[in-house]
Amino acid sequence: MFDKEYDVIVVGGGHAGSEAAAAAANLGSSTLLITMSLQNIAQMSCNPAMGGIAKGQIVREIDALGGYSGIVSDKTAIQFKMLNKSKGPAMWSPRVQSDRMRFAEEWRLMLEGTENLDFYQEMVSGLMVEGDKIVGVKTSLGVEVRAKSVILTNGTFLNGLIHIGEKQFGGGRAGERAAHGITKELTDLGFEAGRMKTGTPPRVDGRSLDFSKMIVQPGDEKPEKFSYLDSTSPLKIQRDCHMSYTSLEVHNLLREGFDRSPMFNGSIQSIGPRYCPSIEDKINRFADKDRHQLFVEPEGWNTVEYYVNGFSTSLPEDIQFKALRQVAGFENVKFFRPGYAIEYDYFPPTQLKHTLETKRINGLYFAGQINGTTGYEEAASQGLMAGINAHLKVREEEPFIIKRNEAYIGVLIDDLITKGTEEPYRMFTSRAEYRTLLRQDNADFRLTPMSNTIGLASDDRLRRMEKKKEQSVNFVKFLKDTSVVPEVINPILESKNSAVVKQSDKIFKSFSRPNITMDDMATIIEVADYIDKNQLDHEVLQQTEIQVKYAGYIAKEKNNADKLNRLEGIKIPTNFDYSKLKSLSYEAREKLSAIKPVTVSQASRISGVSPNDISVMLVYMGR
Amino acid sequence: MTHNDTIVALATPSGAGAIAVIRLSGEKAITIASEIFHSISNKQLKKQKSHTVHLGHIKDGNRVIDEVLATIFKNPHSYTGEDVIEMSCHGSPFIQQEIIQLCLRTGARMATAGEFTLRAFLNGKMDLSQAEAVADLIASDSEASHQLAIQQMRGGFSTEISRLREELLNFASLIELELDFAEEDVEFANRDDFQKLISKISLVLKRLIDSFATGNVLKNGIPVAIVGEPNVGKSTLLNALLNEERAIVSDIAGTTRDTIEDELNIGGIGFRFIDTAGIRDTTDTIEGLGIKKTFEKIEQAQVVLYLIDSSQFIQNNKKLENLKIEISKIKNQYPQKALVVIGNKADKISDETSQLMRSEVENLHLISAKTGQGVEDLKNTLLDFVNTGALRNNETIVTNTRHYDALLKALEEINKVQEGIDIGLSGDLMAIDIRQALYYFGEITGEITNDDLLGNIFANFCIGK
Repeated sequence: MFDKEYDVIVVGGGHAGSEAAAAAANLGSSTLLITMSLQNIAQMSCNPAMGGIAKGQIVREIDALGGYSGIVSDKTAIQFKMLNKSKGPAMWSPRVQSDRMRFAEEWRLMLEGTENLDFYQEMVSGLMVEGDKIVGVKTSLGVEVRAKSVILTNGTFLNGLIHIGEKQFGGGRAGERAAHGITKELTDLGFEAGRMKTGTPPRVDGRSLDFSKMIVQPGDEKPEKFSYLDSTSPLKIQRDCHMSYTSLEVHNLLREGFDRSPMFNGSIQSIGPRYCPSIEDKINRFADKDRHQLFVEPEGWNTVEYYVNGFSTSLPEDIQFKALRQVAGFENVKFFRPGYAIEYDYFPPTQLKHTLETKRINGLYFAGQINGTTGYEEAASQGLMAGINAHLKVREEEPFIIKRNEAYIGVLIDDLITKGTEEPYRMFTSRAEYRTLLRQDNADFRLTPMSNTIGLASDDRLRRMEKKKEQSVNFVKFLKDTSVVPEVINPILESKNSAVVKQSDKIFKSFSRPNITMDDMATIIEVADYIDKNQLDHEVLQQTEIQVKYAGYIAKEKNNADKLNRLEGIKIPTNFDYSKLKSLSYEAREKLSAIKPVTVSQASRISGVSPNDISVMLVYMGR
Repeated sequence: MTHNDTIVALATPSGAGAIAVIRLSGEKAITIASEIFHSISNKQLKKQKSHTVHLGHIKDGNRVIDEVLATIFKNPHSYTGEDVIEMSCHGSPFIQQEIIQLCLRTGARMATAGEFTLRAFLNGKMDLSQAEAVADLIASDSEASHQLAIQQMRGGFSTEISRLREELLNFASLIELELDFAEEDVEFANRDDFQKLISKISLVLKRLIDSFATGNVLKNGIPVAIVGEPNVGKSTLLNALLNEERAIVSDIAGTTRDTIEDELNIGGIGFRFIDTAGIRDTTDTIEGLGIKKTFEKIEQAQVVLYLIDSSQFIQNNKKLENLKIEISKIKNQYPQKALVVIGNKADKISDETSQLMRSEVENLHLISAKTGQGVEDLKNTLLDFVNTGALRNNETIVTNTRHYDALLKALEEINKVQEGIDIGLSGDLMAIDIRQALYYFGEITGEITNDDLLGNIFANFCIGK
């Protein structure tokens, strides 16, 4: 059936697989996407939302690089929020509630509209390897497909095991089969495998909820969007979310099921994410808290299904049901599906290079949860990077690597391959040393030019970015050059409790003050005229505001980031013999030998490698 | 840089002394020593155990250069972690040179500056701050700074810093919590607690930074100023203090002879007499140079020796009153400086007069620089200032310039955090400064990674939907 050799085969059609397939195909590689269910392309297995703190920045980065996640999110959003708006601009994080079914449909349609991309629905059960090179995959029906490279994005499907109370059954998601075979093949090839756990809350019938007993959580008054392109537009109408709280009664009811909880009776051994604990974990670890927040999120425009965010659990379904009925607004709740926990295989990502290619097998790439991450955004960005790099490798071109001070994606991949992860890895802004540089407003500045160079981000994308940059630079200059008289500026300053001025001064000066915003400035006639005349859009205004108000902090971070780059420039020879350096700690020697960092900077980020170890290496390398 | 060769160098200070130690370190240290060292009891050096001492002769062919004691330290139980031979020979520079050159001819290489310590460091015998402390140890030539170096090697200093670091880390975690988990139902620490913490850190940093001055004084010698009217005997006093001690005055290359002569070592503490060039000409007077000059001199000093001619006070009440005024002036202006009032020419006054003067002037030292009477007491008084803590306390002292710089920079960042708190700056922007401060702490103690912050958060707060 498949007599042609593909450039790239992508195994898995989740967020990682879809972005990988789109990137490789858009770059011109003949690509095949094999997935167990073509009905569930880019399925949102957990909460119906994209973005959030640090994650929203990643979606913007994916979009700036030419990936699809931002566009799909915009087209299927039902609510938009810019989180952390009260903080500095690096913290502003876009997040949308999504229409779950529309999201999967939109992704599938976009992939169907992508050239060079073929589809096939089957379970991949084996890899074809010759020497240390991947040459294709085998399916459970015995079909062999040859390819120059293979990207594995198996998500939670590898030997997936679902737990609900004392019951457990094989599955990759509720209602879907698990995938078997690949883990065994990989471990036979010498890969180290591990096991992780994650969970999801129950989904309920919105018609059975009393929203009047909950707190309404509306979207932003002025919603924005993810994509830098103008092919999507901000929402005009939005759906509300709601919030409620658990109580001591709820906790007591849940505790009754603890002896039947797979988390507590020992049937789940794998490590779950600390920052996304199940409700039983929360009340167990933080016994002094008498209530926890629950967010009630609609699953789409039209469906009555709701997602109970904060109630992730693997307790027996009768306990889940009884306890949830004690929550305000849930007195008559009807379940669509109970929450569950799932265990799955992953491969410690320290076995990968910065390109996400495995160190062991040429042409074999891993992306997404198989690398121990969690989250759609983390998965999608890895898929995108693996897709790009698989294509570049087939074309024998230079790899595409993003640095830590260039994007959250750079932080993510460097963390994974350098530090590995003990628990499902989620992005946080605090993981980035230089987050002030990695903002949602400038992902296009940071990434579009480099993606355009390799041919992924379109010329149109690049032009839009350049125009935005030029317009904001000119606008800043205008604000620096234009004066405003006290009679005009003082009412604005007074309204914001800012000291009044005695004589005319540049607009820029007043604008730089705390609490003074672009909206305030736009009330000055000259400014309003300038915006109007030059047709400046929201992105330009936001960019200008940030440039005026935060230039000092941004410059400082740039300065700090340059320091990092110095160590980044010191390459460690391949096959450097760490066992010779007796003054390295035992742990450092072990880890350095295993991870084989490319630069001294990367070595310094390996946990267990101390500054002393780095000094020793520098001394040895003649620095 | 290669580390498989064998190095040799003089391990004791250069110049003549009673004994000198020549150290060989490296793979061939024992082989080289065996070739040139001939045991009195015909023992083979190669077959001897580690940490044993052997008497023998160093011979160049048949010519005997010196009789020495050779000590064997086998790897890894040596200073450098390599095979080490230490040869204690007689102190003549000629003999030292002969032996070293013989080692060089036998296959060793001259060690570069600090190379023994570098090897110790590379072989895991010490960490970076220990290595620096050792460098200071080598450089220090007085017992007090030796103590300081020892204390630092035992980790006294980094304990203080890691305590600070931990407190700041908690602060940073709280800030990060606000940022990454803004949607969550967690209680954030209030700004008042932050303020207290920052004030406290700032205080401790300032104290450590101030201690650098004290630490430096101990390393470089305590500056002493001698002031007084003309002809009270300042130069005689200086000579009296210095003469007996000349033998142990440090012999630092590259310093002028004048400076060398004006350094004094009492009980292991270095005292440095500042600006004494003028004293020898006896033109240095309160009247002659003026109050301003005198006070400038006091400014630079930690100890002030105020010298008077006690014979002039006999029945001269006005002079006594003036003296009291003068002393209280100095005390008021420089309360932190140690002041010693010395009545010279005590051999010329009666016991009665001396008793009267003692009762009038607090802590008066009556001496005769000429006869040497009371000079020993004066020295003990100087030493007491150090031992009783008038010049030093038992708290942590920063002596290393690199640490000092890191502390200064950390304080600078903490000050910026303070400014941030004052203007209600958003946490993410304040975090830039906090991270920098943590980075500078890390330069002294160890790594700060972002994982620390997250680990701290996950351990202490209930987060996650």
